[in-house]
Amino acid sequence: MDYNVDEKGYYGEFGGAWIPEMMYANIEELRLRYLDIIHSEEFIEEFIHLLKNYVGRPSPLYFAKRLSEHYDTKIYLKREDLNHTGSHKLNNTVGQILLAQKLGKTRIIAETGAGQHGVATATVCALKGVQCVVYMGALDVERQAPNVKKMKMLGAEVIPVHSGNKTLKDATNEAMRDWINNPVHTHYIIGSVVGPHPYPDMVARFQAVISKELKVQLAEQTGNELPTRIIACVGGGSNAAGAFYHFLENKEVELIGVEAAGKGVDTDETAATLKVGSPGVLHSSKTMLMQNKDGQITEPYSISAGLDYPGIGPMHAHLFKSGRAKYLYATDKEVLEAALLLTQKEGIIPALESAHALAALNQLEFNENDVTVINLSGRGDKDMQTYLDYFGY
Amino acid sequence: MKNRINTLFEQKQKDILSVYFTAGYPNLNDTVSIITELEKAGADLIEIGIPFSDPTADGPVIQQSSHLALVNGMNLNLLFNQLKNIRDKVSVPLILMGYFNPVYQFGVERFCNKCNETGIDGAILPDLPLWEFENNYQSFFEKNGIHNILLITPQTSDERILEIDNKTGGFIYMVSSSSTTGKNQKVEDFHQDYFNRVNSLGLKTPRLIGFGISDNQTFNKACENANGAIIGTAFINSFKNNIPLEKSITEFVKSVKNG
Repeated sequence: MDYNVDEKGYYGEFGGAWIPEMMYANIEELRLRYLDIIHSEEFIEEFIHLLKNYVGRPSPLYFAKRLSEHYDTKIYLKREDLNHTGSHKLNNTVGQILLAQKLGKTRIIAETGAGQHGVATATVCALKGVQCVVYMGALDVERQAPNVKKMKMLGAEVIPVHSGNKTLKDATNEAMRDWINNPVHTHYIIGSVVGPHPYPDMVARFQAVISKELKVQLAEQTGNELPTRIIACVGGGSNAAGAFYHFLENKEVELIGVEAAGKGVDTDETAATLKVGSPGVLHSSKTMLMQNKDGQITEPYSISAGLDYPGIGPMHAHLFKSGRAKYLYATDKEVLEAALLLTQKEGIIPALESAHALAALNQLEFNENDVTVINLSGRGDKDMQTYLDYFGY
Repeated sequence: MKNRINTLFEQKQKDILSVYFTAGYPNLNDTVSIITELEKAGADLIEIGIPFSDPTADGPVIQQSSHLALVNGMNLNLLFNQLKNIRDKVSVPLILMGYFNPVYQFGVERFCNKCNETGIDGAILPDLPLWEFENNYQSFFEKNGIHNILLITPQTSDERILEIDNKTGGFIYMVSSSSTTGKNQKVEDFHQDYFNRVNSLGLKTPRLIGFGISDNQTFNKACENANGAIIGTAFINSFKNNIPLEKSITEFVKSVKNG
């Protein structure tokens, strides 16, 4: 079984490039050139330099002693929350801005949900002095206000999107429309392993630095580069893709993605795509989608703006279908409690997205010598208001 | 039976007017009357839009008409039911246009069979790429005599235009400029060099120019550079609450054709 993308852009039956002709020239250029560019010496040198000295990599692998005691096992946290801008998102935007410059693009657009990808994009655009436009659902503009202000201070234009549910899906629609209207000088930095081929593969490759480092760090700290399991939250699935990437062929490592159940998978207010979805085509990719019987996309819901998406990257749809990875889900309430537990056991306030991975710990059984890695994809600064409102501090 | 799109282009090579509307808008059951009025008013070809929740290639007007059509309750089953006896009423070529996912959920083979049964002549599914079409779906279209109409844009290379010329059904949908639907364009905004480039390729398939065609001036300009033009957004915008559909459609088509 092959878990990587084939030459047509497919992961098993999922993926492809379901693009209208208006996007063909851009996607074709990217498809033909991305591998040559990211494998070029010049690119690798600058990418590694920026990851080390700008992003702050390698991110630490931290043995969470008190959390481990709580679950009577060994839990390690991959600290993507310690990256510059506070999440794993910067790994991808650093890669894509370098690529965009090699393609001669002078204007960057992006979509964002929680604002983490928007901030990461605005950051690299400031770094390189490139014009930046970020589309963000109007509801997310409200619930992630600090990130909106950061993007503006970084010099980006933030455009609130008022269509649909006013969240991530709608922001993605609008970014695609922008690209159709500005095909020549604009590069679209997609923030997750979604969209048409080669985006899912390209973003996964940029995020794969997470699992590459994990192998080295696990060998150093545990004597074995392979853990028992790796757990990561999944919206589109970029941090999970990065955390799983170099372990896909190590079948003894259990890979677990955690989707956002919202108010519960048996309610209308959920974003657990693999649990409630079916195959379809959205945002130029064939993947699992939340939709009605007529093929209209249904509106997702999650307390976490970054996971509030009705689809999932085609790689995850394939890992799910093939059984290579297991996908669980956690409700808003479970997630909030898991965030509080980590905060009070380890002094780390996680992002709501990352707290989904932590919540899955309650659904698993451990041996005391198991090594469980949680990919702590982001920090909780942006979610303080939600936490304060819920816990009443 | 011969495909009506082919018959049209055999009989008429110039000033062809194709009109798009979103099925289910302004009212759920307007579909048949819009088609019959359009034919009466002199439209040569009609594109019936299948609404989708996430129309990424469309501007605000068609986004809104699609949204309201869905709120009104439109879906493909219902649309085919509405169109069941349409061939007793009109002879104008009919095309279904929409995003792929609703067709995929309906079943592509079933969709083609239904088109054939109903008297639909072609489909425009912009996010169904040529490669996927050829590998998975072409036989369903051919068996039913349904044209799959392909698009080109100013970014499409000569080589690819020649390929599309060979593989499109009926005509080539020439997107006027790099844009979503409904951009308010003036004649000066058109890319004359793109029109000239396409015209110099010696293509065998007729071409209709769409996107940004909104009035008599833009229609005439498009007709100078191709076999005709497609109007969508401006037609949808022409529906007014206080004017009966019949009257507004007649007036709209007249104003586009004659100024």
